[in-house]
Amino acid sequence: MERVVVAESSVLSLAPHIVFRFDDTRSRWIIMAPERLMLPDEQAVEILQLVDGTAGVGEIIDSLARRYTQAPRALIAKDVVAMLQDLADKGCLVDAGPH
Amino acid sequence: MPARIDPPLALLAELTHRCPLRCPYCSNPVELERAASELSEEDWCRVFREAAALGVLQVHFSGGEPMARRDLAALIAEASRHGLYGNLITSGTLGGEREIEAFAQAGLKHVQLSFQDIEPAGGDRIAGLKGAHVRKTSFAAAVRAVDLPLTLNMVVHRQNLEHLQGMIDMALALGARRLEIAHVQYYAWALINRDALLPSRRQLDEATALVEAAQARLKGVLAIDYVVPDYHGVRPKSCMNGWARRFLNITPSGTAVPCHAAETLPGIDFPSVRDSSLADIWYRSDAFNRFRGTDWMPEPCRGCDRREIDWGGCRCQAFLLTGDASRADPVCALSPDHGLVTAALQQAEGMPPDLVYRQFRQDRAQGA
Repeated sequence: MERVVVAESSVLSLAPHIVFRFDDTRSRWIIMAPERLMLPDEQAVEILQLVDGTAGVGEIIDSLARRYTQAPRALIAKDVVAMLQDLADKGCLVDAGPH
Repeated sequence: MPARIDPPLALLAELTHRCPLRCPYCSNPVELERAASELSEEDWCRVFREAAALGVLQVHFSGGEPMARRDLAALIAEASRHGLYGNLITSGTLGGEREIEAFAQAGLKHVQLSFQDIEPAGGDRIAGLKGAHVRKTSFAAAVRAVDLPLTLNMVVHRQNLEHLQGMIDMALALGARRLEIAHVQYYAWALINRDALLPSRRQLDEATALVEAAQARLKGVLAIDYVVPDYHGVRPKSCMNGWARRFLNITPSGTAVPCHAAETLPGIDFPSVRDSSLADIWYRSDAFNRFRGTDWMPEPCRGCDRREIDWGGCRCQAFLLTGDASRADPVCALSPDHGLVTAALQQAEGMPPDLVYRQFRQDRAQGA
C-alpha cells in the first residue's frame, strides 16, 4: 500500500468504505470510517462536497478561489491540500487516477 | 444526572458468547451466556431500527464470535438498511470467502480481525485452538479479496510483546490499513490471569517506543492505534468516554449496559431490550444515569480539573479492585486505593504464573 500524496494535479475520490453524509439527529455533516467518526468543520464539508473522483485538486481550489475572492489563491491552495492530505492519511481518500 | 444527554454514537452488539477460541484475556464475563438465552433475529432487527432512530451511527457486530450466528448476514443487511455503519469484530475462524462475500453484499463496511501472535505455535497456544492462526490468515485474504478494509487487532501482553515488530510486518503483509495494538485490560478472564499477562515497566517502555517509531514511519500507509495498559498510567483512561455518554452495549440475551464489563457491577438493575425501548434505556433508565456526568463523583474526582476529561476513569475497575464501583479508579495516582495497582505492578516484575483458559462455568467446575 502506497501513501496517497496530495498535489494540485491529484484527482481524489472518497475511499469506498467511507460514508460522508448529513446526520439528521445531530444536524451536521459526518464522516464515518472504520471504528471512527469524524466531524468535519464547515470548510472541510465544502471541500469534500467538491471531491467527486473527476475534479482535480487544482480545479477544486480554483472554484473556492472564485467563491472567496478576498483570500489569495495560494493561501486557499495551502489549506485545501493540507486538509485533503490529512484525510488521505486517515484512509478516507484514494487516488482516482491521473488528471 | 447532566442537564443534557447526547444521543449515543455507537452500539456494540454482542450477538453471542459462543466462540471456538478460549483466550485467557477474553473480555466476555466470567459467567458466559448460553445459546438458548440469545436474542432472536427479530429482536436484533428491532434493536437496530431503534438504534438508528435514536441517533446511533455505527454498529459493531461482536461476541464471542459473531459468525457463530447463522443469521449474521441478515442482521448486517438490516443494520445497513437503516444507515448504520457496520463493523464486524471477528476471530476469523468460522468461515471464509463465501461468508465474507455475503457480508459485503449485505452492506458491511469494515472487518476487525483478531490475531493472538505472529505464528501458529504462539497464536494457537493463546487462542487455545489448534489451527486458529492459519484459518485467520486465510480469512484476512478473503476480506481483502472482496475489497473490504481490514484492521488487525492484536492483544498484547508479556507473553507476546517481544513479537511487536513482527505484528506490524504481518499487518502490512496481510493488506491491513489499520492495526490495533491493545494491551490487555484487566477485567473478567484477564483479571484472573493478570499476573501471567501484565508486562514489566521495561517491556512496556520498549514496546511504546517501537510503536511510536512505526506510527511515524508508516503514516498514510498503516494507521496504528495503541492502547496502553492503564495500570502503568498516572491518570485513568477515559473509560467509554464516560459512563453512558457515547456507547451502549447489548449482551447476547438482551441486557443493555454502558460498557461490556458493566454487568459485573452489583446493585444495578440493567434493563433489557426484551421489555424496554432503547430510548427509555438510554435516557431514562436508572442504570444508564447511575454514573452519568459528574454528580455521582466522590473526592478526589469531584474537585479534580480532569473530571470531564477522564470521567473518573473506569467504574468496573473501581469495583473489581476496591469492591465499590463509586470510588475513584485506583489506577489514578490520586486515588486513595492506588496502592492496589502498585502492588500488582511489583508482581509483574517477577516470573509469570500459568494461564487459566476461558470456558463455560460447568467445565470450569470440572477442571477445578
